[in-house]
Amino acid sequence: MTARKPLLVASGLSKSFGGVKAVDGIDFTLAAGELLALIGPNGAGKSTTFNLVNGQLVADTGSIRFGGREMVGMKPRDIWRMGVGRTFQIAATFASLTVVENVQMALVSADDRLYSMWRRAADYRRSDALDLLDLVGMAGQADRPCSVLAYGDVKRVELAIALANQPKLLLMDEPTAGMAPRERNDLMALTKSLVVERGIAVLFTEHSMDVVFAYADRIIVLARGRLIAEGAPQTIRDHPDVQQVYFGSGKTFEKAAAAKGTA
Amino acid sequence: MDAVASFVAQLLNGLAGASSLFLVAAGLSLIFGVTRIVNFAHGSFYMVGIYAAYSAVAWIGEGPGYWAGLVLAAVAVGVLGALIEILLLRRIYHAPELFQLLATFALVLVIKDAALWLWGPEELLGPRAPGLRGSVPILGRQFPSYDLFLIVVGPLVLGLLWLLLTRTRFGTLVRAATQDREMVGALGVNQAWLFTAVFALGAMLAGLGGALQLPREPANLELDLATIGAAFVVVVVGGMGSIPGAYVAALLIAELKAICIWLGVVEIAGVSISFSKLTLVVEFLVMAVVLVVRPWGLMGRPQAPSRNAGAAEAPLRAPDRLAKAAIAAVVLALFALPALSSQSPYVVILTIDILVAVLFAASLHFIMGPGGMHSFGHAAYFGLGAYGAAILLRATGAPMEIALIAAPLIAAVGALVFGWFCVRLSGVYLAMLTLAFAQIAWAIVYQWDAFTGGSNGLTGVWPSAWFSDKRAYYALTLALVLAGVFVLRRILYAPFGYAMRAVRDSTLRADAIGIDVKRVQWVAFVIGGLVAGLAGALFAFSKGSISPETLHVAKSVDGLVMVLLGGVQTLAGPVVGATLFTWLHDSVARSTEYWRAMLGGIILILVLLFPQGVAGFVRQVVYGRREAKGGS
Repeated sequence: MTARKPLLVASGLSKSFGGVKAVDGIDFTLAAGELLALIGPNGAGKSTTFNLVNGQLVADTGSIRFGGREMVGMKPRDIWRMGVGRTFQIAATFASLTVVENVQMALVSADDRLYSMWRRAADYRRSDALDLLDLVGMAGQADRPCSVLAYGDVKRVELAIALANQPKLLLMDEPTAGMAPRERNDLMALTKSLVVERGIAVLFTEHSMDVVFAYADRIIVLARGRLIAEGAPQTIRDHPDVQQVYFGSGKTFEKAAAAKGTA
Repeated sequence: MDAVASFVAQLLNGLAGASSLFLVAAGLSLIFGVTRIVNFAHGSFYMVGIYAAYSAVAWIGEGPGYWAGLVLAAVAVGVLGALIEILLLRRIYHAPELFQLLATFALVLVIKDAALWLWGPEELLGPRAPGLRGSVPILGRQFPSYDLFLIVVGPLVLGLLWLLLTRTRFGTLVRAATQDREMVGALGVNQAWLFTAVFALGAMLAGLGGALQLPREPANLELDLATIGAAFVVVVVGGMGSIPGAYVAALLIAELKAICIWLGVVEIAGVSISFSKLTLVVEFLVMAVVLVVRPWGLMGRPQAPSRNAGAAEAPLRAPDRLAKAAIAAVVLALFALPALSSQSPYVVILTIDILVAVLFAASLHFIMGPGGMHSFGHAAYFGLGAYGAAILLRATGAPMEIALIAAPLIAAVGALVFGWFCVRLSGVYLAMLTLAFAQIAWAIVYQWDAFTGGSNGLTGVWPSAWFSDKRAYYALTLALVLAGVFVLRRILYAPFGYAMRAVRDSTLRADAIGIDVKRVQWVAFVIGGLVAGLAGALFAFSKGSISPETLHVAKSVDGLVMVLLGGVQTLAGPVVGATLFTWLHDSVARSTEYWRAMLGGIILILVLLFPQGVAGFVRQVVYGRREAKGGS
């Protein structure tokens, strides 16, 4: 894994809000076909880091290179056009469009046909959109309005939308928040298969340690804006600093790991 | 020395005027902050305040009872506000966004005619206040002591409101509800009574603002709309929901007006500039500048998105056979109309008006519904089209055919310029900036005698020879309106229309899939302006003359009413609404002296019966069961 050329290289990233250093000089890399988890206790700077990568925030210092190109200062929509898809912590779809139209919207944008004023949008690459929905198990609900979907289903539609422009990198902000345990595993298994089969790189934040240890190839841990540990799940689990920030001292992830083993 | 004295006098005059303006604006701001209702009837409360004070003082008699009369008038207006909230507004809080505006607009009409019936058409000037009849010498000039009293009232009420909002339980609830009213409801506060109380308080402040003007300004029936415009501006400039902001804004605007009057006509570099003419538009200039520089007003904060915007809009479906058959039948009937109505030529003339209104409303709906941009100044583009066509015809002698092509382009250029600023804002701030631009355009047209004919407008705008027959012009109008409506529909079903709705539904998500949100909105705004310009040009040639009324705020409001009446969430809405409104307006206006009250009453009934709009209601009846089945 280390032999592969990294797709995403973040170095020396910092971002302050007022006097608070939310992110304080962190470095990490991410290679194609790798599932990288970003974890840390509340207020560690996960969301800030995430929003720096997707362009919603602009870093004070540091650089983020994607496929060799500098992304700091680029607008979210331009970052998307470079092949970076994302899903949101609080799922957001277009409520007045149907499920399939949501995906078609992303296809329209990917093909640069947004200002097409005449042809019918409902027919636009419908079968491609249905294929994407099939991938996430939502083809059966293609023609329902997005406003009536269950929350877990909205998250799956989001993933289909994010895949519409064949991203090389997928940013997932708490992809399984608000989902039932069974749905979580299904979604992460699907994500894992995308990583393996399509060589997509995934950066995700997650609160559920079960999900993180079960699926991540590698984990980076933030605490108070700094990167305190990095490595394979087993390394992180045994890392004294990580145990310190999560549990104080004396406790470990063993129980969580055991629970996962039986699941 | 004299110049200084007159300057000081004007400044003091401005301060006195600011107090009433502040009272009205503070009430409007409170109501909007808590209930999210854009209360068009707020100016009417002000007007009723003056009239009620006039009657109360006449009834109690002068002397110390004078002051009791003023307070009584304010309280009466507060009670009126409470009744309106309980009987009317409470029933429509769950309607789509802005729908309540339609109800308050109907109230404006009803209250205006009620005042006409109660107090008659004459201006009524109240007696002067006991003890404050005299004047005080300031720098050698006599300054009315009542104005000095008014100058004190503004800060006094500001202080009382501040105490109320920060030191009482009620005030805490109001501030909490302004930030997040759903959460306040979730915490067990009875929202219904909170809303009633705030609405009554806001109405009372407006009533007090009016009552205090009793000795300064004659009560008349034009005060409602004049006041609501100024109050909107003050609220927006100060920042929605900020009471101190409203005071600062009221001061700023009143003083700027006073300075403009004082400056009069000034020669600058050989060009004489009439600053007194600027008073018509100075507040809107201020608002435009403030909104461009500080999008949330001087002391406001970004508005929290309302989580209670009614039911989500249903996805667009292609028209089924029933809908297609209905459309075909209507179009056929429209083409057959001149032959069918040869006995009554007025039918053709009225139908031309309706068609023009349909195109205007459809263009407004385009940016307001799917585009999510609530324009309160859409008449600007209608008027630009009308004046563009008229001026082209008169100045260059271009034939009607050229004018009909050029006029929409002129309107589109206007929309291109104004829209660039407007799409940088959202929600009610965007609405107010569109209003400001429309008012600025109106003021220019109204005062530029040499070019636009000023308040008289332009005459002799007749169609080319072969369309001079009304029936021929009807056919032309019908063809162009059908084409316009068809193109707008087509765009809404095309990728661009989907992008418009995507941008409206979730800006964040749209940005995350590569959509340039501002650009999509800007293009939509220009398309809306272009089509409104065509409607304006058709209007000019159908009437033969135009006046500044074509871009007056009343025209913009008519458009809003049409769209909301028909239903903002359906494509047929603007067509149905424009037809209904124009027809009602025409038939009611010809049948009774109190046509405003009747029209307002009809709109109120429609509002209460069909909170989804008339077309929305029809769709629900025809398709409701089918959609429920498909959705389960």
